[in-house]
Amino acid sequence: MNFDFSEEQQMLKDSVARFVQDEYDFEARNKVVANEAGFSDENWQKFAELGWLSIPFAEDLGGFGGGATDTMAVMEEMGKGLVAEPFAASVLMFGGLLQASAQSEERDALIAAVIDGSLQGAVAYAEPQSRYELKDVKCAAKVEGDTYRLSGEKSLVLNAVSANKIIVSARVSGDQNDEQGIALFLIDADAEGLSKTALRTMDAQLVANLKLENVPAQAICGADEGLAMLQQMRQQLIVALAAEALGIMEKLNATTLEYCKTRKQFGVAIGSFQALQHRMVDTFMAAEQFKSILYRAVCSIEQNESADSIEINVAALKAMLGKAAKHIGGEAVQLHGGMGMTDELDVGHYVRRLLSINAAFGDGDYHQQRFANLSLAS
Amino acid sequence: MDINFSEAELAFRDEVRAFLKDAWNEELASQAKQPGSYKDVQVAWERKLNSKGWAAPLWPVEHGGAGWTPTQSYIFENERAAVGAPDVSPFGLKMVGPVIYSFGNDAQKERFLPRILNADDWWCQGYSEPGAGSDLASLKTKAERDGDHYVINGAKIWTTLAQHANWMFCLVRTSSEGKPQQGISFILIDMTSPGITVRPIVTIDGEHHLNEVIFEEVRVPVENLIGEENKGWTYAKSLLAHERTAIAGVADSKRNLAEVKKLAAAEVNGGRAMIEDPIFRQRICDIEIDLMALEFTELRVLASMSKGNGPGVESSLLKLKGTEIQQSIQELKLDLAGYFGTVVQDGASNEQVGHDFGDVARRGFMMSRAATIYGGSDEVQKNITAKFVLGL
Ligand SMILES: Cc1cc2nc3c(=O)[nH]c(=O)nc-3n(C[C@H](O)[C@H](O)[C@H](O)COP(=O)(O)OP(=O)(O)OC[C@H]3O[C@@H](n4cnc5c(N)ncnc54)[C@H](O)[C@@H]3O)c2cc1C
Repeated sequence: MNFDFSEEQQMLKDSVARFVQDEYDFEARNKVVANEAGFSDENWQKFAELGWLSIPFAEDLGGFGGGATDTMAVMEEMGKGLVAEPFAASVLMFGGLLQASAQSEERDALIAAVIDGSLQGAVAYAEPQSRYELKDVKCAAKVEGDTYRLSGEKSLVLNAVSANKIIVSARVSGDQNDEQGIALFLIDADAEGLSKTALRTMDAQLVANLKLENVPAQAICGADEGLAMLQQMRQQLIVALAAEALGIMEKLNATTLEYCKTRKQFGVAIGSFQALQHRMVDTFMAAEQFKSILYRAVCSIEQNESADSIEINVAALKAMLGKAAKHIGGEAVQLHGGMGMTDELDVGHYVRRLLSINAAFGDGDYHQQRFANLSLAS
Repeated sequence: MDINFSEAELAFRDEVRAFLKDAWNEELASQAKQPGSYKDVQVAWERKLNSKGWAAPLWPVEHGGAGWTPTQSYIFENERAAVGAPDVSPFGLKMVGPVIYSFGNDAQKERFLPRILNADDWWCQGYSEPGAGSDLASLKTKAERDGDHYVINGAKIWTTLAQHANWMFCLVRTSSEGKPQQGISFILIDMTSPGITVRPIVTIDGEHHLNEVIFEEVRVPVENLIGEENKGWTYAKSLLAHERTAIAGVADSKRNLAEVKKLAAAEVNGGRAMIEDPIFRQRICDIEIDLMALEFTELRVLASMSKGNGPGVESSLLKLKGTEIQQSIQELKLDLAGYFGTVVQDGASNEQVGHDFGDVARRGFMMSRAATIYGGSDEVQKNITAKFVLGL
């Protein structure tokens, strides 16, 4: 039994932590997100040089061959710095799906370009009506010779504005909520028939709504494999985003604790009030419990437990994430008083990122129900 | 035990409904949805109330009040909220107005009260300072007597909508002797006076509601002092009590919860409406049951007051429970919006976003966090309840 990082993983974690400390303080980060692209290309090239963009890819694809633990180590530190560069969208989501798709020369070349930082990717799975249901797909794929044409809408696609290539889920056959008949397709971001409306989210990310009208596309999996691939991606991303959330929760708790030690009212530090001490013990416990359930999910993946067992752990993780995010975020604002309400302070920015992670790939309630279905059925 | 309305009360309800139909009309309701319309809508709405004699129904009749019973006030609040009309802006009508008619002199009453009733002035509240929040009595903004004027130096913070205000009611330090509470005065400041700087503070919803107000050698005529010098704390405390009951917001919460139910019936996940979702249903019901009880807690307070008794111990939970419920309803709405609750709409149309309440839900949720901070934070309310209600 050992919950330590390996030496290599610790080095990776430290290198991200160092980057955040030296080059990504709150002020620097705010400059980065104010960019038109929502992130810094210079930083992206640095990530490539440091090898971070290669982490989840197999060694024979030029990757680092990292697993869930490596991703967790990186994401936790990125969370602490509120790093806005599209590591999750481009490397984990887009890159992850490419890696899971059938081998081809073109695929390997795309992965190489993700790794060297020259290519940005995005994955378009949500639709205006789909809410958190991956299988709710109306976007239609029509065969045309040996390619396809896609028509439909995709909502709030992360990194779609900067992406060169986008993977899109679309329906080859069946009805709106059928599990069968969904495939994944690769399209060019500047393809004819594709239009984008760029929007900002509360955590300063740039997303885009996509309208597709007969967009030429290339299938990257069979007609009945799309949903399973999306589900696999969701599982990996929940674990990665949970690690980011853990970093944020730790940061918020530390910031709040520090504030309570220094802020004085009634002639004493507000941290001397027992009412607040108990609340901070509660948020401390919530973060530790959350770390434990994250480790549990990571271990189940690293040890190749059964698919059901992994799914139960991941659903539990995301369910707890929703509760802990609201609890810890809410207390951080409350204990800062009026200061906690200001946009100038970093606290609100961390809270909004937590809320955004809560909504990503299904909120706490959604996964609590998935957990119930999985756990009570067995 | 009787909660039926009398004939007269039913007739009053009809009168309120008729008034609202006309006063909170389509035009005003749709104007209220436009960004940046807040002040214009409030002023137009409050003037309609005033022309009916209902701008400040709970003020004494001699100062322009309507002489309503608590039951009438309850009826009005429910009808108003049900049609989505806003509450009045509190600073003039609910805060400084009562202080002026209770502690001001005749000249002040004549000068300010009619203008407050008709929303001719926009008031802001200058209490909190960077170093004086929960511990308000430690405030440092200084007013020094110089002939017929006070000269004011210092800084206020978190001043809501000071950017719109032409008047501020302000707590200032006029003496440093004795207990901190004893050297505080209550003074009215013309916001156009030279030496005042208003700086915006952007909040976590991305909007500008709050401000910092800096005073540098600001000269305020002595005639703007309310009551006696160094008695301001007593006046302010009577006002805080006012603020704390108005803050429960039961009628608005009823309306907001009803709206959430409607939205939940239309929002679909995997072929099932969210109103059928077991967890979401339970969350709605938990809140609704709490709100049903709070409504009766408020009625108990009203009943006790209408018998001429004090508000009773149960009044202490109005703000605590009321704000908890307000926040839970905003949370429901944000969660209901799903991914779209993350979007900052910023001028984009609903059509472009692909959703029609995500942005409102996000802003509402973010600002609702402040409800347990202002007007006496949750923690301070509980301290007060522990001490004065439970005797701890
Ligand atoms: C949206 C908004 C609008 C506002 N509008 C106005 C306005 O118009 N005019 C105005 O004058 N002010 C306004 N305020 C200020 C508000 O009244 C103060 O924020 C409030 O009094 C808390 O003070 P503080 O922010 O300094 O927090 P602090 O007093 O520093 O409190 C920080 C934390 O410590 C806790 N705490 C403090 N003392 C104790 C204690 N004894 N025991 C346990 N816990 C304690 C608090 O509850 C809080 O959680 C507004 C605030 C907000 C957020």
